[in-house]
Amino acid sequence: MNDQASQRQLSHLEMLEAEAIHIIREVAATAEHPVMLYSVGKDSGVMLHLARKAFYPSPPPFPLLHVDTTWKFQAMYEFRDWIAKDMGMELIVHINQDGVDQKVGPFSHGSKTHIDIMKTQALKQALSHYGFDAAFGGARRDEERSRAKERVFSFRDRNHGWDPKNQRPELWNLYNGRVHKGESIRVFPLSNWTELDIWQYIHAEDIPMVPLYFAAERPVIERDGILMVVDDAARLPADLDQEPVMKTVRFRTLGCWPLTGAVESTATSLLDVIEETLKVKHSERQGRSIDRDPGASMEEKKRQGYF
Amino acid sequence: MDIESLLKQHADKDLLRFITCGSVDDGKSTLIGRLLLESKQVYEDQLAAVQRDSRKWGTQGDDADLALLVDGLQSEREQGITIDVAYRYFSTPKRKFIIADTPGHEQYTRNMATGASTADAAVILVDARSGLQTQTRRHSFIVSLLGIRHVIVAINKMDLIDHSQDRFDSIVADYRAFANKLGVGHVHCLPVVALDGDNVLERSDKLSWYQGRTLIELLESIPLGDEASSADFRFPVQYVNRHSESFRGFAGTVASGRIAVGEGVMAMPSGRQSRIERIVTFDGDQQSAMAGQAVTVTLADEIDLSRGDMLVRPEARPRIAEGLDARLVWMADTPLNPGRQYDLRFATSTVAATPQLIHHQIDVNSLEHHHVDELGLNDIGLVRWGLSKPTAFDAYGEHRQTGSFAVIDRISNLTVGAGMIVRPVTDELADKSSNVVWHEHRIAKIQRAGQKSQRPAVLWFTGLSGAGKSSVANALEQALFQRGYHSYLLDGDNVRHGLNRDLGFTDEDRVENIRRIGEVARLMADAGLVVLSAFISPFRADRELVRELMEPGEFVEIHVDASLATCESRDPKGLYAKARAGAIKHFTGIDSPYEAPDKPEIVLDTETLSIEESVDALIDYLKQRQILV
Ligand SMILES: Nc1nc2c(ncn2[C@@H]2O[C@H](COP(=O)(O)OP(=O)(O)O)[C@@H](O)[C@H]2O)c(=O)[nH]1
Repeated sequence: MNDQASQRQLSHLEMLEAEAIHIIREVAATAEHPVMLYSVGKDSGVMLHLARKAFYPSPPPFPLLHVDTTWKFQAMYEFRDWIAKDMGMELIVHINQDGVDQKVGPFSHGSKTHIDIMKTQALKQALSHYGFDAAFGGARRDEERSRAKERVFSFRDRNHGWDPKNQRPELWNLYNGRVHKGESIRVFPLSNWTELDIWQYIHAEDIPMVPLYFAAERPVIERDGILMVVDDAARLPADLDQEPVMKTVRFRTLGCWPLTGAVESTATSLLDVIEETLKVKHSERQGRSIDRDPGASMEEKKRQGYF
Repeated sequence: MDIESLLKQHADKDLLRFITCGSVDDGKSTLIGRLLLESKQVYEDQLAAVQRDSRKWGTQGDDADLALLVDGLQSEREQGITIDVAYRYFSTPKRKFIIADTPGHEQYTRNMATGASTADAAVILVDARSGLQTQTRRHSFIVSLLGIRHVIVAINKMDLIDHSQDRFDSIVADYRAFANKLGVGHVHCLPVVALDGDNVLERSDKLSWYQGRTLIELLESIPLGDEASSADFRFPVQYVNRHSESFRGFAGTVASGRIAVGEGVMAMPSGRQSRIERIVTFDGDQQSAMAGQAVTVTLADEIDLSRGDMLVRPEARPRIAEGLDARLVWMADTPLNPGRQYDLRFATSTVAATPQLIHHQIDVNSLEHHHVDELGLNDIGLVRWGLSKPTAFDAYGEHRQTGSFAVIDRISNLTVGAGMIVRPVTDELADKSSNVVWHEHRIAKIQRAGQKSQRPAVLWFTGLSGAGKSSVANALEQALFQRGYHSYLLDGDNVRHGLNRDLGFTDEDRVENIRRIGEVARLMADAGLVVLSAFISPFRADRELVRELMEPGEFVEIHVDASLATCESRDPKGLYAKARAGAIKHFTGIDSPYEAPDKPEIVLDTETLSIEESVDALIDYLKQRQILV
């Protein structure tokens, strides 16, 4: 994006980039205690990159927060720690200790309970504990139908609840992030980006990505119609006595390894991945089992405080 | 195409944001579903989900109801209507698009205003069977209020009226007449069948009489961003970046115009001056920055500057005032009350402010002005605000980003209103218009006109009988009235029968006729009005006499031009026939000369221009001359 300004039209990526930078600066200027949620995925990667651009030559004036369900891929933990160190960012990792004590996990409790306790509740705990009044998230409106109406600045009440009827109108590029004590704002700088924009930007800006996005031979078990890559065989439940088979797969989205479906693919380079994305006929969240409940289940989750 | 060239093509696309509006069931969701589907933005599993949902909620039997691709939230689906702004994305090989989808429901002016605030264009859906509806008018008004310059009117469900061109033409004529009153910039109309996709991406045989562009071609051809980039430079300071002792950068997004390293800037409202030293970005320093870019600048001098201030060029400054008049869309259940304090959020500054008076409320359906004591949810009005400190801003018509504000409730923190600035209120203007009249002072003409946000002028239409003077003058006056300007039309009807009843048609009487009309026009201009006069006024010398009566620049001579042959063939009142027959004497063009103006301010050739086009040309001129503010 190093084009000199001449008498020309900005490209859509330049406009999206400028818009995101504007939003990120707005939060830094108006929130008392902002934080950037970092989930290690590609959207987080882009968001972090934009934050660095927004405050250059200074580092972003807020920490990263990773809500760790303890079931992420090992490669994600390694990548996360490397990124934080390399970019000189403060990293806060939060785990719901309650959940750990009760041994909550996707195999024992099912995806719904696991996500609720280890992700949704954990996130609320962290935000309340540190008193963050604004939290950046990498969600995009094109991901899911109910997100299409999400504001860039999404207001959450004291219980972190989201009421679709009670969101603030967003006019021009004026964002209202004012909250009373205990309330907070979730901010989505990538609201107007599509999946293709994200990949394109990663390519143009050479943003580092977790290797999981690229195809490699991985041990796979087919479970409930999704391809599960076994990241830690020791944590497989006893009744799952299937032997993993080696398959060349990659991930389109990242989450907890037992819940995130891989896709068979030979895309080993970024260009391969983008090519595959362009051709793909299945939407991105299909790999996540959380959306499998019929209808507007994501909306339900959001009402309860899922990001 | 290989992947790299494909990426290259995608990278070069620009971005158009548009809003869609229509009444419930006009087919808006179907149209958007069609755009998404045909530009391949719908994945198979999404389509499968829609097919599943169609059986439950849809209106198309077992077929997939495209509207369901678009309709979102649970609670809304239960009511069968969309009730909020939803954003959709698609792209073509040329351009990427963001759709702000806003509801057709009666009560949601606020959502439409929200969606329109960031849009470059509007697509207004009309059901071909019902033609223009009250809501079509309302949506068009809001579109014009929010300053959208390109309107595409998609006349839908053409299949249900046998693809009738006549019907289409008559709806288009109705719409153009209305849009003219509003002053919408560019109107494009096209017939579509959203259900089948006719004229959405592809043409169809059934509508072969339509030779214009398809919806997608229209959307691809709307010019982008030229206004913001050619406007004066505005840089609202968003964030001060203190990297080190020696680095103090001012981060922000260029709201309009452009600036280059070395150029002089002035800080608003302090008035301190400096020069741009560097334009810093993560990717290296830039030589210049243009509208829309998010950059960090450093200045050559240490001047006091913080968030909320604005950098501008010293020779092209915004207004600074402690009061302003603004059009306001009210968005909260609790009404706006004059006297209560709110926070106004300008580009990056927040200023406490009090509404002092509601000039009027605008009825979005009839466009009439009403006197009211408060503005309720979805009301639109012209409101005077007193600001707690001097603030820099522009008029919305010229600067979208620095001419707008959001109203925030100080207690609930909610965004309760959207403001579009019309003019600053200076002490002088405030005094004159707030019921306190200083009797010992004469109120100046300019103050009277300023109160009406216009400059006094006499628009003198001259031309042959039948050239179209009265028709154009009448249509212009309608258009001025709808926009809230104050004007008065002098013509044969209201002058000949009263003031000049004693005058006939001899050359002397004609001279006296024009002299009296000139004097009346002068008095009316003195009262701050835009005066229109529509008389043949055949003699150059008479018209020059009137010009002399007026202050420089106030007299605008408009030659309504059509050949004698044309006028005679039009002969609306049968006067030429009578003159030819000798029943009327001294008839201009027949047995009395017409002296065409040498240097009229404007010539309207009514043989080629329609009345609407003439009115457009006049409005453009008046705006450019700043007679209309
Ligand atoms: N015959 C016909 N029906 C249409 C057309 N476009 C939409 N419809 C139908 O009109 C109804 C309302 O459409 P919908 O898109 O939900 O309207 P919205 O309320 O404006 O979003 C649905 O039953 C559509 O199938 C069209 O071009 N022709």
